[in-house]
Amino acid sequence: MSKQEQHWEKTRNLLFITLAIWFVFSIGIFLFGAEMQDSNIRPFGYPLTYWFTCQGSLAIFVILIFWFAGRQEKIDDEFGFSEREGDQ
Amino acid sequence: MIKGKFIDNLPKVYGIYTGGFLVFIILMAIAEQAGMSAKLIGIFFVAFTVLIYALIGWLSRTLQVDAYYVAGRQVPTVFNGMATAADWMSGASFVAMAGGIYFKGYGYMALLVGWTGGYVLVASLLAPYLRKFGCYTVPDFIGTRYGGNLARFSAVIVLTVASFTYVTAQINATGTIASVALDIPFGVAVYVGLASILMCSMLGGMRAVTWTQVAQYIVLIIAYLLPVFWISSKLGAGFFPHFMLADEVARITELEGQFGFVKNSAADLATVPKGLAGITKAHSSVNATPWAFISLAVCMMAGTASLPHVMMRYFTTPSVRTARRSVGWSLFFIFLLYSSAPMLATLSKLSLIDPTLPTGIIGKTIAEVQAIDWYQNWNQANLMFISDFNGNGTLELNEFFMGGKAVVLATPEIAGLPYVISGLVAAGGMAAAMSTADGLVLAISNALSHDIYYKIINPKAETAKRLIVARVLLVLIGFAGATIAALEIQGILGSVIWAFDFAMSGLFFPLVLGVWWKRANAPGAVAGMLLGLISGTAYLIWVRSGGAGFLGITQLTFGIVGAAVSLVSMIVVSLITAAPDSATQKMVDDVRIPSGKTVLAQK
Repeated sequence: MSKQEQHWEKTRNLLFITLAIWFVFSIGIFLFGAEMQDSNIRPFGYPLTYWFTCQGSLAIFVILIFWFAGRQEKIDDEFGFSEREGDQ
Repeated sequence: MIKGKFIDNLPKVYGIYTGGFLVFIILMAIAEQAGMSAKLIGIFFVAFTVLIYALIGWLSRTLQVDAYYVAGRQVPTVFNGMATAADWMSGASFVAMAGGIYFKGYGYMALLVGWTGGYVLVASLLAPYLRKFGCYTVPDFIGTRYGGNLARFSAVIVLTVASFTYVTAQINATGTIASVALDIPFGVAVYVGLASILMCSMLGGMRAVTWTQVAQYIVLIIAYLLPVFWISSKLGAGFFPHFMLADEVARITELEGQFGFVKNSAADLATVPKGLAGITKAHSSVNATPWAFISLAVCMMAGTASLPHVMMRYFTTPSVRTARRSVGWSLFFIFLLYSSAPMLATLSKLSLIDPTLPTGIIGKTIAEVQAIDWYQNWNQANLMFISDFNGNGTLELNEFFMGGKAVVLATPEIAGLPYVISGLVAAGGMAAAMSTADGLVLAISNALSHDIYYKIINPKAETAKRLIVARVLLVLIGFAGATIAALEIQGILGSVIWAFDFAMSGLFFPLVLGVWWKRANAPGAVAGMLLGLISGTAYLIWVRSGGAGFLGITQLTFGIVGAAVSLVSMIVVSLITAAPDSATQKMVDDVRIPSGKTVLAQK
């Protein structure tokens, strides 16, 4: 496998992990909105479903993007595909 | 000022600007104490901020194509994040979102999840790759990746339909705020709003829009957060509302149980002025089916990743790496406002309905409420209404009606904040609506001038001529938008949601598969864009004209139909026609690695 193919495979795997986490907090948990609401987990005292819609999912997306960006930069560095000065 | 060193001095420049704005707020507060009229304060706030934006627009004027289309590709990560946040958060987010949460609760929160979750798709599927591509507009990517004028032209059609639907709503919002704050008729105010929008974008294109959007973000975020924190402390709910309102949320649920949601008769409701609503849904508990919630969230997420005015902001960063990080900053700056909207809705609702609070009106006699100053003001502005349906002389929960905008606009006054805050909120709403309108008008006119005029009609046009055409189109599109906005066909929030569905129907899969599926070719992309847009639109028209719809897909989620058709037709047509040539495949390979020259620069 060429260097570029390996790079793309790693990039794709990172995409799948990122989208899986995204799916859980944007779609998955809301299949169980009513069940989560009755749970005893109450972040900052808010009902769980309510908290996810107000802050939880939103904050997780912010963190997820920065995490994803960091991981992708590592992958690019590993294969020497990071941008250099004057590339663009 | 905006030369060479300007980029290095950004933190200082915007630091001084922010300080100056805070000083201005304090001066206005002093002027209020000294007896300046509320109306004059409102005029000062809106006029002063709009003049600053116009000044930035004028200072950023340019005669270079690169600066005009992509701000010279040198906007630093964090500042591009702020500009994107302003570009993104429209008049609807600023004025209507808290109201939507206040009235609809959980069912509406799908929009918050959707409008933030979409950025994960932007960061991981598209933004860095489109940046590497080095295009000026979204149709530029489609046209070059797939090849052929038909693909380019189809992308321009989808872009125009989606963005134009969106922009009329924004010009409408600038008109509404300008007409209230400056006290002029709406028909005139729409054109005042338009003139302000054009001043920010005409001379400097993307460069001017970028630097005004950063300035607008600063105004709008101060205008949103300051009242929320102030009201929360004033009500004794806690100095940091986001972490401290659990008791208030529980108290609302308790009151809802105590009052009950009494259903009004149709005859009673007919007496309520149009556009006002009562509290009929639970504040914090689940009140929508999983599918209703998820389908709306999915549409907003896919729409986010297909709206060209957002995507083109990531063409302005210096590199692929910064484009990726910039998406994270964008969402962070959006998060600051979005996570505050539910807190404002909670504070607003509790202060109105809790009989134990001095501001609470439920349980008071009708005559008492009618004597309150702020009730009279907002009743006159057609945003509040009470009526004694059961004739017992006391105000019940089901007898109190309010407009969605009142949650943001009236809560400061209800909580007893000085008028200077209301002036600030008007300036914030204006900034939010203007910044989004700027981005949209520019996205449309850039697509028409670059993709239709330069790439299809006259590829030999000189720089000067291209930029003149771009500016003429900008003005024409602005006027067309304002003219339609003046007709007031569809509500602000409705048209915003439609824009997402249109964009998702036609552009989501052609964009994503352009990067992630090498086998995708021009006939497939054209089929995907056109059939997606047509089927989505047809479904919308069918449901609007009384059709039953299927699978619980409503007029707000018709993008699901469009995108599904788009995906299937794109794959089928791509597979039955010839694979893209090796040059195109090589282009896709190049897009996938950050290093090296942009794809367009290699050609």
